[in-house]
Amino acid sequence: EPGSSEDSAEPKMAGADGDDSLYPIAVLIDELRNEDVQLRLNSIKKLSTIALALGVERTRTELLPFLTDTIYDEDEVLLALAEQLGNFTMLVGGPEYVHCLLPPLESLATVEETVVRDKAVESLRKISQEHSPVDLEVHFEPLVKRLASGDWFTSRTSACGLFSVCYPRVSSTVKAEIRQHFRTLCSDDTPMVRRAAASKLGEFAKVLELDYVKSDIIPLFTALASDEQDSVRLLAVEACVSIATLLPQEDLETLVMPTLRQAAEDKSWRVRYMVADKFSELQKAVGPEITKNDLVPAFQNLLKDCEAEVRAAAANKVKEFCENLPEDGRETIIMTHILPCVKELVSDTNQHVKSALASVIMGLSTILGKDNTIEHLLPLFLAQLKDECPEVRLNIISNLDCVNEVIGIRQLSQSLLPAIVELAEDAKWRVRLAIIEYMPLLAGQLGVEFFDEKLNSLCMAWLVDHVYAIREAATCNLMKLVEKFGAEWAQNTIVPKVLGMANDPNYLHRMTTLFCINALSEACGQEITTKHMLPVVLKMSNDQVANVRFNVAKCLQKIGPVLDNNALQTEVKPVLEKLAADQDMDVKYFAQEAISVLALA
Amino acid sequence: MIGQLCCLSVTHAVTSVEDALQQVPPTPPMSAISASEKVDGFTRKSMRKAQKQKKSQGSSQFRTQSSLVELSPLPQLKDAPSTEQQDLFTQKLQQCCMLFDFMDTVTDLKSKEIKRAALNELVDYVSTNRGVLTEAAYPEIINMISTNIFRTLPPSENPDFDPEEDEPTLEASWPHTQLVYEFLLRFLENPDFQPSMAKRYIDQKFVLQLLELFDSEDPRERDFLKTILHRIYGKFLGLRAFIRKQINNNFLRFIYETDHFNGVAELLEILGSIINGFALPLKAEHKQFLMKVLIPMHTAKSLALFHAQLAYCIVQFLEKDPTLTEPVIRGLLKFWPKTCSQKEVMFLGEIEEILDVIEPTQFKKVQEPLFKQISKCVANPHFQVAERALYFWNNEYILSLIEENIDKVLPIMFGSLYRISKEHWNPTIVALVYNVLKTLMEMNSVLFDELTSSYKAERQRPKAHQKLDIMPRVIKPFLKLWDSSEPQ
Repeated sequence: EPGSSEDSAEPKMAGADGDDSLYPIAVLIDELRNEDVQLRLNSIKKLSTIALALGVERTRTELLPFLTDTIYDEDEVLLALAEQLGNFTMLVGGPEYVHCLLPPLESLATVEETVVRDKAVESLRKISQEHSPVDLEVHFEPLVKRLASGDWFTSRTSACGLFSVCYPRVSSTVKAEIRQHFRTLCSDDTPMVRRAAASKLGEFAKVLELDYVKSDIIPLFTALASDEQDSVRLLAVEACVSIATLLPQEDLETLVMPTLRQAAEDKSWRVRYMVADKFSELQKAVGPEITKNDLVPAFQNLLKDCEAEVRAAAANKVKEFCENLPEDGRETIIMTHILPCVKELVSDTNQHVKSALASVIMGLSTILGKDNTIEHLLPLFLAQLKDECPEVRLNIISNLDCVNEVIGIRQLSQSLLPAIVELAEDAKWRVRLAIIEYMPLLAGQLGVEFFDEKLNSLCMAWLVDHVYAIREAATCNLMKLVEKFGAEWAQNTIVPKVLGMANDPNYLHRMTTLFCINALSEACGQEITTKHMLPVVLKMSNDQVANVRFNVAKCLQKIGPVLDNNALQTEVKPVLEKLAADQDMDVKYFAQEAISVLALA
Repeated sequence: MIGQLCCLSVTHAVTSVEDALQQVPPTPPMSAISASEKVDGFTRKSMRKAQKQKKSQGSSQFRTQSSLVELSPLPQLKDAPSTEQQDLFTQKLQQCCMLFDFMDTVTDLKSKEIKRAALNELVDYVSTNRGVLTEAAYPEIINMISTNIFRTLPPSENPDFDPEEDEPTLEASWPHTQLVYEFLLRFLENPDFQPSMAKRYIDQKFVLQLLELFDSEDPRERDFLKTILHRIYGKFLGLRAFIRKQINNNFLRFIYETDHFNGVAELLEILGSIINGFALPLKAEHKQFLMKVLIPMHTAKSLALFHAQLAYCIVQFLEKDPTLTEPVIRGLLKFWPKTCSQKEVMFLGEIEEILDVIEPTQFKKVQEPLFKQISKCVANPHFQVAERALYFWNNEYILSLIEENIDKVLPIMFGSLYRISKEHWNPTIVALVYNVLKTLMEMNSVLFDELTSSYKAERQRPKAHQKLDIMPRVIKPFLKLWDSSEPQ
């Protein structure tokens, strides 16, 4: 247990001479060099324990140089090391000495493996905050410069992530140097480095003074956005969001919009995809005027893009885009510009596009209001409810509640009920499941009469579904219905049907009877349970299928609390005792469990 | 007469498309699908895959072109008087810049056929005639080729495409694209082809775009690209370093960023022949490529798809410069697969290829770490791994190396071999191990007997005595640490 040694502030001689307090630390240190990777890994993960035991000075003068030398190890060990060093400030003596951590992290920031490098950069960013402004210039910034001018691309890639953390806290001369380094990396001839720079462009822009955003960042942004590699261009789109947020409205048109317009029509679908994917953020960043003039047509184009990937990404944003449109003129824009495209997407050839649309389209009803929803959206919902792709149907059903709020359940059920009834028998069980989950809400809104007439038979049919998940959900649904409509309704409409299944030749259906009783007994109350359900359960204890018998035992345990003591003693107890002597192990087990839970022994 | 020719070539085109489709395995009969749909709504993965394979054609779609004009056939090149041929050649090249949507199989049939016939003629024209590659023709030719083949590849239809299991999506526009590639190849191979004239058009940007196409899922396209890039590398000395560097970048991106690139095997194949031609001593750039790109490529998930080409490149390097053997083998040992037996078998295969060409002095440098790994492989419960490692003892050259260093190799191997000869579940492995033990015994029976008795003694020692009761070996950098902490 290394913990014991953590308390000793001053490490003392360990081992042969008798003081064993450092023995576990000695083992850990030894294991840092073990041949077995797992042992090295374990040891590295306890590095803070080692450092604590060694004290701050030895950690600085011995442990860190040793670790700096070991940087040829397995990537997994290096990853753990990179992570540990990010939390090492106190262990080397606090902010005053934090720069001691730089050499090992610098080496880690140059290794090939991306995860190790990223972790090293993360730790460097973390400890940069703990440097004093002076140390930052004396120790940290030179490291960034070394990385930025490294031979191999890995160090230059890592440098990209470090500019933004030191920039705000250094003198203006050093700031100018940092900007210069960043500029150089943005036009590096290795695409990996340009990608790294492009992905940090937004972050870097945020810490720059506005004038430099305009004079430095904008040209870099424009250049990266027209890079020969689409993998670089698409990262510039991401940066576009941050940059646009930083600039005053009057500069957006000249500084950002030409590039954004070009990205939205890029010849590579990956770039257009990125624009579609970031559309809501872009919309917020450029503000309502530009949205109206520029983004609306761009969005229309993306919704009509020739690649399904792009259309799907854009379809996903339909609701958010419409929501965020400026309120005056919103309805007109949606009705005249967006809705026609949406209509086309409903019958898109690609199921992912339709499915993406189905997951958000219902949200339009809140924006457009009751009348527009009934007139324009309902037909689309209906079409999607009947779509050949189950995911599309599912997405519509799962979002029925937003429409419900707008047009009311009666209107909704009148127009959608036929489709819902059809879906209740859908071939895909997940679709049936989604419909079942919607039943209690429908039932509550529609009332008993309407329910009995239109939906009751469906609910009963699900009880004998061939998928267990559906039978289970159907059982749960019955319970919720009884909670809504009351015990009397249950006795008249549900209980007879449920109990009838006890004689079904299929044992799965007989078990469903038991599951329903489990779920319903409480809601139905003592009288119905004792008079109607209990006899059936007891009779089923003679079932030839062991699964039914042990479910009888479970069921008796479950409904026991609802019964009175007389019924328990005279009816339940003898049956459970009989089952406790059953040939089948499981039946015995559950019978005994029921006896003990109900205290009938 | 012309009409008749057209008809003939149309049939030809159709057959070739059918040939391509026949490579796709027949989709399961419809009844199978509906039957399983009855069981449960959601389709099984195998079924979904089967259904996807039905539409195994894709095409990068072009941005809507401004209204398509219907093509009208031009006179045949061979019928034109020689003074007008060059003009007609240019006209045909321009005509072939028109692009068509092949995902739509009903529209523009007539125009598509006119373009196809024209392309066929162009291929013929540059392969059989001399003096057709005038200076003015180069830009027209490159323009036609660029317009047709350079495009953003479409998103993969099957995001979890498994190149080993699934059928690739074929390029729908192949009836035209194939001919354009054919034309490019014939153009490059034409005896009149002049790199000095072409280099204004076949430049870095051209090569970069060509390299991007190597990610095509269509193996037919990648095959053409391979030959074409190889020709360009051969003819354009000024582009060589650039091509190598870009391949380098592609590979680094593949290893560290995307883990996906369809043309790795093809690019490695080109590199294999490039490495072959490297001058000695090897430049630092090339060594860096070996150690920082080729070796890490062994970590790729899809290694099986290009391992043969990769191993070939590695061996080429070692044949050029044997001193690279030690770093290469240490690199392979570093990336040795931990859980994937299939990859482990490939690694063993590559090690054998390396051992086939290794120099005895280099062998001595790596034998210890190498045979530690081989000893683990031999004891692998996966019989294919164990078997592959044991096959090393069928290799005469490796046997001679082992024999020469038996005092080092045998102690490393002995424990594993002895143990699995008793414990391995697979009888074939046990039989192989007996043979190996016998061979090793014959090499040095005294050492063998010593190891046998010490092994047995070790096993007999009661476990309790093995408990750590001595101070662990304190590592060197920390010796002073312990000294200085002596009580003062």
